[in-house]
Amino acid sequence: MNFLVCISKTPDTTAKISFSSDLKTFNSAGVQYILNPYDEWYALVKAIELKEQLGGNVTICNVGPLDNEQIIRKGLAIGADDAVRIDCEPLSSMQVAFQIAQYAKSKSFDMILLGKETIDYNGSEVGAMLAEYLDLPFVSYGSKLDMNGNVATIERDIEGGTEVLEVATPFVVSAAKGMAEQRIPNMRGIMMAKSKALEVVAPAPFEDLAVVDHYDLPKEKSSVKMIDPENMQELVRLLHEEAKAI
Amino acid sequence: MSVLVYIEHSKGHFKKTAFEAVTYASKIAQQMGTECIALVLGASDHLSDLGNYGANKILNCSASIFSNFDSQVYSNSIAKVANDNGANLIILANSSNGKTLAGRLSVKLKAGSISGANKLPTISGNSMIVSKSVFSGKGVANYEIKSAIKIISLMGNSIKPEQVANNATVESIVIPTATPKITVKSVKTEEGTVPLPEAELVVSAGRGMKGPENWGIIEDLASAMGATTACSRPVADAHWRPHHEHVGQTGVAIRPNLYIAIGISGAIQHLAGVNNSKTIVVINKDPEAPFFKAADYGVCGDLFEIVPRLTQAIKDFKQSH
Ligand SMILES: Cc1cc2nc3c(=O)[nH]c(=O)nc-3n(C[C@H](O)[C@H](O)[C@H](O)COP(=O)(O)OP(=O)(O)OC[C@H]3O[C@@H](n4cnc5c(N)ncnc54)[C@H](O)[C@@H]3O)c2cc1C
Repeated sequence: MNFLVCISKTPDTTAKISFSSDLKTFNSAGVQYILNPYDEWYALVKAIELKEQLGGNVTICNVGPLDNEQIIRKGLAIGADDAVRIDCEPLSSMQVAFQIAQYAKSKSFDMILLGKETIDYNGSEVGAMLAEYLDLPFVSYGSKLDMNGNVATIERDIEGGTEVLEVATPFVVSAAKGMAEQRIPNMRGIMMAKSKALEVVAPAPFEDLAVVDHYDLPKEKSSVKMIDPENMQELVRLLHEEAKAI
Repeated sequence: MSVLVYIEHSKGHFKKTAFEAVTYASKIAQQMGTECIALVLGASDHLSDLGNYGANKILNCSASIFSNFDSQVYSNSIAKVANDNGANLIILANSSNGKTLAGRLSVKLKAGSISGANKLPTISGNSMIVSKSVFSGKGVANYEIKSAIKIISLMGNSIKPEQVANNATVESIVIPTATPKITVKSVKTEEGTVPLPEAELVVSAGRGMKGPENWGIIEDLASAMGATTACSRPVADAHWRPHHEHVGQTGVAIRPNLYIAIGISGAIQHLAGVNNSKTIVVINKDPEAPFFKAADYGVCGDLFEIVPRLTQAIKDFKQSH
């Protein structure tokens, strides 16, 4: 089976977030970027597990500038076979999905995997958009996937529970916690990653329909009110009268 | 012109998120001077309830095919209804299924789409500015949607459902559908509790609980309040609590009215999923716990003494109100 895993980079959660003085752009200088955890821990590792089980090839795909080759190499070190980078700086989920679809159209992937969302913008839309461009079924928030021939049985997270479904290849699936166990790249993987193929593809023309106009910083929290641990009636009173929460 | 709001239901019953979506859509429709049309796929006996929150027209296709969630079948149906009704804005809930449909619809209808909106958009002419919380709550992104058709998925608990005089018409419609490629085998949901993403009151506990055998005091507090329980990641990882209770960056992101964090240190990855809560109470024995900085109310001390005391205070309060 041939697997395509879409990966993206995202600021580390602990990164300090700031914007330009006109609030139009995000200050990326000095920000530590990582491979988006859902893409890495769940989507990529699941594809590698399936390949180990069933044979085939795992390709990773990133839409982004040259800098992103660092996270692409990490994906190769974890165990992907080859990679493609579509060379543009996307401003929207739709742009990402569109570019990947242009690339994937000419290939025959049996399964396209990606994380359930990125941890910076939490859009959670690329998978569905990609599936729509390719006219494929899409399963979101998969937390378990087993193959039987060309039919996958997938458990997906829904509000307050899970849904179990079946779908035949080819399809697109987004991965949530539970799908696979995180793998740490070892020295051999890191060395081998250096010689794996990384193809660079020019983007197709695309016009964005929704882009960030400006950013704001969140409202400052007023400082915490400490309550005497002996006096929980006081906390309940404040929650009722002041916070109007109960 | 119209605003189309797609309504999710569970076996014909609407949840609070459905009424939030209708309220949101109807407020925008009023501002745009157009009608608010609610679409329900699958059978329901409660259709006219949607009129209580401002829907002018309720469309329903009760075909049994919709008891099986296949995003292709669903999105084709919604797109057809959107086209037939000249919808220039589509509102969905920011749920597992809602986000899946939003992505497909945006490609199908060449519509700019923003998921996770947390307040009403700013409308000027044909453009719309939609805000959402980004970077784990450390920023707000304001998007401009420029396309003729626009799609917004609404984050739960972002607007209060508002009742209005009901003058809605209910119409049943037929939508041609193709054979689904996805077959749903089973759906398991916790009975009797409000799912976390929809809960207004959440009682959450972390490693400070020492072990799963101590969770009785958390459940007592939650049941006294009518709250849903949640936990930190190490607690779910150690199987002290079920995986669906895990909140944070790698778990569920929530924004309840009240989040009570008990024996949770407040690591940034935890805060990422909860810091949009309207009111945060932190109970922790360590005065330096980072969570106090994100809290509205703090109680510093031993949770094993404080939590039962709080439960009692809640019970006393409920009796006198
Ligand atoms: C990439 C990544 C993603 C992550 N995603 C998540 C996520 O989604 N959600 C999440 O929760 N974590 C996540 N984490 C883990 C996170 O960094 C913290 O390790 C975790 O949240 C800590 O859980 P905790 O607060 O329950 O435990 P601890 O950090 O061990 O805190 C326990 C707290 O309990 C207090 N305490 C102990 N005994 C008592 C007592 N008797 N009375 C009162 N207070 C007491 C202590 O003072 C302490 O503050 C992630 C980490 C990484 C690296």
